[in-house]
Amino acid sequence: MIEIKDVSKLYPGKQKTITAVKDVNLTINDGEIYGIVGYSGAGKSTLVRMFNGLETPTSGVVTINGTVMSELKGKPLREARQKMGMIFQYFNLLWSRTVLENVTFPLELIGMDKAERIAKATKLIDTVGLQGRENAYPSELSGGQQQRVAIARALANDPQLLLSDEATSGLDPKTTDEVLELLLKINRELKITIIVITHEMHVIRKICDRMAVMDEGAVVEEGNVFDIFRHPKMEITRQFVSEEETPQLNDTTVVINELLAQVPTGKIVKLTFHGDQAKLPIISEMLRQFPNVDLNIVDGSIHQTQEGSIGTLYLQLLGDDDEIAGATDYLHKMRVGTEVIRGE
Amino acid sequence: MVSSTTGFSSYFHFSQVNWPSMWSATVETIWMTIFSLVLVGILGILLGLLLFETTGSTNFWARLVHWVTALFVNVFRSVPFIILIVLLLPLTKNLVGTIIGPKAALPSLIISAAPFYARMVELAFHEIDHGVIEAAEAMGATRWQIIYKVLLPESSPALVSGITVTGISLIGFTAMAGVIGAGGLGNLAYLDGFQASNNTVTLVATIIILIVVFIFQTLGDLIVDKLDKRVAN
Ligand SMILES: Nc1ncnc2c1ncn2[C@@H]1O[C@H](COP(=O)(O)OP(=O)(O)OP(=O)(O)O)[C@@H](O)[C@H]1O
Ligand SMILES: [Mg+2]
Repeated sequence: MIEIKDVSKLYPGKQKTITAVKDVNLTINDGEIYGIVGYSGAGKSTLVRMFNGLETPTSGVVTINGTVMSELKGKPLREARQKMGMIFQYFNLLWSRTVLENVTFPLELIGMDKAERIAKATKLIDTVGLQGRENAYPSELSGGQQQRVAIARALANDPQLLLSDEATSGLDPKTTDEVLELLLKINRELKITIIVITHEMHVIRKICDRMAVMDEGAVVEEGNVFDIFRHPKMEITRQFVSEEETPQLNDTTVVINELLAQVPTGKIVKLTFHGDQAKLPIISEMLRQFPNVDLNIVDGSIHQTQEGSIGTLYLQLLGDDDEIAGATDYLHKMRVGTEVIRGE
Repeated sequence: MVSSTTGFSSYFHFSQVNWPSMWSATVETIWMTIFSLVLVGILGILLGLLLFETTGSTNFWARLVHWVTALFVNVFRSVPFIILIVLLLPLTKNLVGTIIGPKAALPSLIISAAPFYARMVELAFHEIDHGVIEAAEAMGATRWQIIYKVLLPESSPALVSGITVTGISLIGFTAMAGVIGAGGLGNLAYLDGFQASNNTVTLVATIIILIVVFIFQTLGDLIVDKLDKRVAN
């Protein structure tokens, strides 16, 4: 278990002191995938670097499985770090070493004998799906493959904790998903706790159980991923959630504008369905109750999260004002998120 | 035998070249270069490492070491070689017991080339992506492990091309040292060539030096190519 208690990190500067992390309190359970999201400069990297002692908190304590990280120095600190893996945005592989030699690197550090470390590394290279590329150099691999090597290297010492700092930020969407699948598999099969730092909600939604949102050094919202997607409390969280819900927001705006131009009447609403609601015939029931309302589907999408699906639907409602008001009231009553995009 | 000592044809009186002494001068030059280069390599890497490891430290002793090392490096890199030899004559006499012959050139060769190489080593280390060093730290590597498993191998192409450049300037230095009695091709070109007005000897010595430089450069480039795995080949 990881406990972050009242942790702050200040960087004294010539002009002014930068507060990179501000009074953060978090508890991360064993075996979960915990996401930390925030914009650039929010303090995510600084926070996670305090987990393995690359940074020490200015105040507060980071406790990992009962060990206070900031109290460790020298050998005990190195031994604690050997029980944690870390992966980075730019992979940070040694270009002078082959894939196999990169993966054996952490095992060399602890003085494991050669035959043993080669056997272990070969198995890990298999786990990450790079069998056959053992003797390739990083420069001969794609970004996704390089990140797989980095993951294998991070797993070499059988860590209990894997820290991922923007590990998919440099990858294309398809490769990102493949790497995320791999992290999920590692979490399931090896029972490793994973901390995922990202600025993309997509990453959180895809693999995280719980999450925190960071803004200007502070954790402003924290909890279950599904709950936060359903009821984001803070404005910044809403921004992150809506970015993710409407990845083709611009396309939708174009479609809405075209529709409005063609049929300059009616109201455009955005509906959000959560979990089981997506399975209920809410729309057809609404039409049965308010038969004089006509509707046009502008755009729609469904996303899977760890705990269920979230659907988004853009509708153009046409007809009598009272009827439309009744229909939207009905949607509210059914607890469907209803947002008026364009009134009449 | 009377032959002209001026004019273009004066360069081609090959019968006047004493080949055995030309050969032994070549061996002396190569010996001086390689012997000093080995020591320059070791010393340069140590000094470069010292500079790199103490850069930006907040520790008083580390800063002091950095300051002293940087001062030493900057001073000896700035003193012209020919002045350095003269300056170091007393030291040379103490160290090797003579101020004549190839051995006498070694102290000044090493002291002038090592700081030159140390700067290149420091630069080579700074060019390593900091993230890679940090990744090694995150894996629990000791400072020493980072030095010999990350810094040295990751900068190896730059270290070798640096030693090539240093070696080539060392060949030049040995020739200069030869003029004031250190032996080798420079000495031969000066005594038997210039002072005896034998232009052919000077020309042949020049050509041999060029060949040695060329071989050096080619060898260095080949090794760098072999070490550099950053671009797929
Ligand atoms: N070593 C340092 N010295 C001074 N300021 C620092 C240092 N490291 C980070 N900062 C500052 O702390 C703040 C938080 O940085 P941090 O790298 O943790 O942000 P981040 O959320 O990881 O951003 P990004 O998404 O860009 O990686 C920034 O304002 C940054 O400039
Ligand atoms: Mg960061």
